[in-house]
Amino acid sequence: MYEGVVQSLIDELGMLPGIGPKSAQRIAFHLLAADPADVKRLAHALLEVKEKVRFCRICGNVAAEDECRICRDQRRDPHVICVVEEPKDVVAIERTREFRGRYHVLGGAISPIDGVGPDDLRIRELMTRLADGQVTELILATDPNLEGEATATYLARLVKPMDLTVTRLASGLPVGGDLEYADEVTLGRAFEGRRLLDV
Amino acid sequence: MHVAQLSLTDFRSYAAVELSLTPGVTAFVGPNGHGKTNLVEALGYVATHASHRVATDAPLVRHGATRAVIRCLVTRDDRQALVELELNPGRANRARINRAPVSRARDALGLLRTVLFAPEDLALVKGDPGERRRFLDDLLVARAPRFAGVRADYERVLKQRNALLRTGAKPRRSERRRDSDAAFTAAGAGDVLGTLDVWDSHLVRHGAELLAARLELVDALRPLVAKAYANLAPASGAAALDYRSTAGELSTGPVDRPVLEERLRTALGEARQAELDRGITLVGPHRDDLVLGLGELPARGYASHGESWSFALALRLAAYDLLRADGGDPVLILDDVFAELDGQRRRRLAEIVAPAEQVLITAAVPDDVPSDLSGSWFDVVDGSVSRVR
Ligand SMILES: Nc1ncnc2c1ncn2[C@@H]1O[C@H](COP(=O)(O)OP(=O)(O)O)[C@@H](O)[C@H]1O
Ligand SMILES: [Mg+2]
Ligand SMILES: [Zn+2]
Repeated sequence: MYEGVVQSLIDELGMLPGIGPKSAQRIAFHLLAADPADVKRLAHALLEVKEKVRFCRICGNVAAEDECRICRDQRRDPHVICVVEEPKDVVAIERTREFRGRYHVLGGAISPIDGVGPDDLRIRELMTRLADGQVTELILATDPNLEGEATATYLARLVKPMDLTVTRLASGLPVGGDLEYADEVTLGRAFEGRRLLDV
Repeated sequence: MHVAQLSLTDFRSYAAVELSLTPGVTAFVGPNGHGKTNLVEALGYVATHASHRVATDAPLVRHGATRAVIRCLVTRDDRQALVELELNPGRANRARINRAPVSRARDALGLLRTVLFAPEDLALVKGDPGERRRFLDDLLVARAPRFAGVRADYERVLKQRNALLRTGAKPRRSERRRDSDAAFTAAGAGDVLGTLDVWDSHLVRHGAELLAARLELVDALRPLVAKAYANLAPASGAAALDYRSTAGELSTGPVDRPVLEERLRTALGEARQAELDRGITLVGPHRDDLVLGLGELPARGYASHGESWSFALALRLAAYDLLRADGGDPVLILDDVFAELDGQRRRRLAEIVAPAEQVLITAAVPDDVPSDLSGSWFDVVDGSVSRVR
């Protein structure tokens, strides 16, 4: 244990994804030794991102305003919603140019190990969007790993009573992976070949 | 197949060691605690991605080092593959095949196949069911490396499901809960255990895949184990194998996957309350056992020390037969086993293994290497390995 402020910096850094106690310690001491101006810039960037970037009221994607660019775009098909885990997945799918509908960002996947259940995801918001019957197809594009599959199964069961076509991206995506790492061609093909989900 | 070269960096007691090996018999001889098993353990690791002695990887990395590297050149027919594994305890291992990195270490499974006999094998007979499950699953992976994925998926589902069962009625992590929405609440989504059904379906799917493979494997092993046991201990009762499943009575051999899924689903339904009470998954291949029988009695708890040894050897020999029948003679590793056996078992075992393409033996004293197993010879003293012949 280090003295007060140093230890609390290490603790804070250690809460970040992918950073273990050792890395947290290394980064903390790097910052201690760094030029004060550099550290100020980092701190500023951290605060600014929290102040300026918001999440779209409708879909949960990152947005500069109340609603994101895609939700405001009248040319996007309002009958199809593609459900993804993270905003970075929206970016990956947009790159394929295969999809002209709207998105819904859950903010993660169901994972009891990490204490994440349906209530921790933007599922309630999704149900609200589906309530008026305008949406006819729901594409479940959660990650092709176990947690993503479980989340897709859960959602498919949840919306089963509604009159909706529910599809899942075609296999061919690297199993066990992250959607964002799939290359454009593969992801594009997965979109085209999406299959009906039967639960 | 055979291993032509083995080199270790920061593996166990070895900072660096490099050996050239040949087909046929090779003995590593030296006092106990000087590093013989460490050498063959490394080869076993390349074949199974686990040690036959410890459950975690940390003890495999040399004290004071942060990672270990095992390199081995495997020759099969006329082709050679250089397999390199970097062990990073607590993080994902990395692997390269012929210097090209593979995306996941488990993609490097299957290039080297070994059958390893060790004093620890006695636990196959006397130990917990987990020992025998591991025997079956390791053999599945050796025969078809894709089972490493099946096994990993199943274990992951299990971990998630157990975490969910443990959460029980504890409060949620997030405070995001807002005015309840009718559709949402009606579907039971607000319930902590509302997702259990989802995990059930995944447990059933992955569990049935593993279970089906095990049932077929046990069926294939049964005659081979009986034959090997009769050969090692002709005077004793017949060796029998039976698979005891938490999904109820099941026959071994090919079984339809949907049938198994249904059985698992039913058994899960029956265990629901008990699972909720105890906070763990009570049904599935992770709770099954391979029951070993001798004559009319179960081997565990009844078999003598000698009979237990014969049974353990018979299981390994059956695995060897099966792998050989699949094509490609696996490398046989006999770690300190001859010292454990009486004269007759020793002779029989030596006869059986002698014709294999490559046999690696460790022994504390030269007398523990049967005379009809002569070949290359290394002295292992104080962590230095030197060829004697
Ligand atoms: N991670 C490690 N770092 C350093 N030394 C180790 C490590 N693991 C085991 N050893 C040493 O290796 C020796 C045991 O080697 P082993 O191959 O099991 O001996 P044997 O020749 O009896 O088969 C012991 O002296 C032990 O201290
Ligand atoms: Mg030893
Ligand atoms: Zn939006």
